[in-house]
Amino acid sequence: MDAEEHKLPLSQNPEWADVTPIPQDDGPNPVVPIAYKPEFIETMDYFRAVYKANEFSPRALQLTHQAILLNPGNYTVWHFRRLILDALGIDLNEELEFMSGISENNPKNYQIWHHRRWIAEKLGADVASKELDFTKRMLFLDAKNYHAWSYRQWVLQTLGGWENELSYCHQLLEEDVFNNSAWNQRYFVVTGSPLLGGLEAMRESEVKYTVEAILRSPENESPWRYLRGLYKNDPKSWISDPQVSSVCLKVLSAKANHVFALSTLLDLLSHGFQANQEFEDAVDSLRPSNSDPPDSDLAKAICSILRHVDPMRVNYWTWRKNKLPLSV
Amino acid sequence: MGELVVDKHVEYILSVEKRKDSFESVVLEHLRMNGAYWGLTTLDLLGKLDALDSNEVIQWIMKCQHESGGFAGNIGHDPHLLYTLSAVQVLALFDKLNVLDADKVANYISGLQNEDGSFSGDEWGEVDSRFSYLAICCLSILHRLDKMNVEKAVNYIASCKNVDGGFGCTPGGESHAGQIFCCVGALAITGSLHHVDKDLLGWWLCERQVKSGGLNGRPEKLPDVCYSWWVLSSLIMIDRVHWINKDKLVKFILNCQDTENGGISDRPEDAVDVFHTYFGVAGLSLLEYPGLKAIDPAHALPVDVVNRIFFQK
Repeated sequence: MDAEEHKLPLSQNPEWADVTPIPQDDGPNPVVPIAYKPEFIETMDYFRAVYKANEFSPRALQLTHQAILLNPGNYTVWHFRRLILDALGIDLNEELEFMSGISENNPKNYQIWHHRRWIAEKLGADVASKELDFTKRMLFLDAKNYHAWSYRQWVLQTLGGWENELSYCHQLLEEDVFNNSAWNQRYFVVTGSPLLGGLEAMRESEVKYTVEAILRSPENESPWRYLRGLYKNDPKSWISDPQVSSVCLKVLSAKANHVFALSTLLDLLSHGFQANQEFEDAVDSLRPSNSDPPDSDLAKAICSILRHVDPMRVNYWTWRKNKLPLSV
Repeated sequence: MGELVVDKHVEYILSVEKRKDSFESVVLEHLRMNGAYWGLTTLDLLGKLDALDSNEVIQWIMKCQHESGGFAGNIGHDPHLLYTLSAVQVLALFDKLNVLDADKVANYISGLQNEDGSFSGDEWGEVDSRFSYLAICCLSILHRLDKMNVEKAVNYIASCKNVDGGFGCTPGGESHAGQIFCCVGALAITGSLHHVDKDLLGWWLCERQVKSGGLNGRPEKLPDVCYSWWVLSSLIMIDRVHWINKDKLVKFILNCQDTENGGISDRPEDAVDVFHTYFGVAGLSLLEYPGLKAIDPAHALPVDVVNRIFFQK
């Protein structure tokens, strides 16, 4: 059955003659009375009748379809639909098909994602690749859809399918290197994939990848934070790895979009990194000509420049400056 | 820019769902409990809660309660944590928590805690750190935190922390200002803020302020008035709110007002709705805008209401 086949209003449809619709109860003298559309009213009145009677039937299933089309956000209808699907033993592969059209039109609706998860959990590992393809289609429409990413992570962890995930992250970052969701997924894969050997095993190649991304767009917040994350629980390596300090130096020497390079260098210095004259010179060349008297040390000089180039967060950079020990 | 058009916003909230055949009214029917919380809390912050008959609201709320103790988004819907917290919050606004059987509600909530400490939103089992906040905030208001396993709940929330200092919906989920509010709020209520790297998270949160003065919820996303609440309340709870430019944010929120018909939108020139009207006014309250009641950043209720609950003031 298809919703399109039902052109007759329910009240005139013989199939529904035995059901007494139940009108919406908005409570006594509703505070905020709701004005509903006639078609919506009728469908929901019949829905309430089957819901109250616990009628798990094909026509009730069909009715939930109509109600979902009118308002896919109505969670009670989705709940009831699942009870019917269970009771009637419907093939859940069909239910996945049913979901496809609705999902694309309601990509940020919590219900469609939750319903899908319920189905996929029952169908198991066989649908892993199908579900990964589905989220790919949804992410093609909006590469930062939080629901789609959350669902994708659940599929990977519960049903598997990690094989191509790192290259998928790469593909998305090629399309938009500013996509923070793709960077997050990359971290999720590098730290969680059973096929890759973990963060430490992946660090070298990931640092190289991230440094290249930073040099292409040094104003991009995401790879800077990702780079720091690659040294989670290992600040010593972070400070001593020349790749980290040298990417800062390269960006500073290019003299554009250097907020994150400066802040990373500031973090390095605060954790004990010893900068040589090259760093001093690179930072010195960025000092605004009309600034306050020159600072006594490199970290303070960095804070002064950041106060100047990032005035929105002047209080943060002032706090960073005041937090520095008297002599670094 | 101009000022906050208080009277227009009050008018807007009182009339919001009366517009005939509006798309909004149809799609919001099932989450009317949230709508009531957004609208009524806004009215209270504006000092106009008495514009409504509280008895009618309370009667309707109690008709949304199920035998399980949980509340639904409206009469004839299924219960969910999302609506249970809103129901309890609205009763708290009216100082009518005494109409509740607090143990019954608390049993419903604690029954949704999972073995790993996380919470499901309802019997269907969806897990999200948002639900941890809803459960913890609600049990706190009901003085029933002892009904749940707080230690496990806190550990689950801590497992949602990312290397950027933020929190996601589940372990490994991307940091998002809305989720951060939920996690930080839950940790604040349970006295567990030591799990937060305050300096790192504070910087991430103040990086959310863009040129227009507005805040976004994730890097490279558009600013939206709702993040005035999620980001600001989080910054206040970790004592770092002075790191953003408050004047620019106030201007951004005021620029999102419909100064003719009332209401606040997500961004300047967009259509207004109750959700963004609440977040705009609540954000301004956190920014100490003159004439507004102060709001508690963790419980998302006016401070006088929170004081009444916890200090019998």
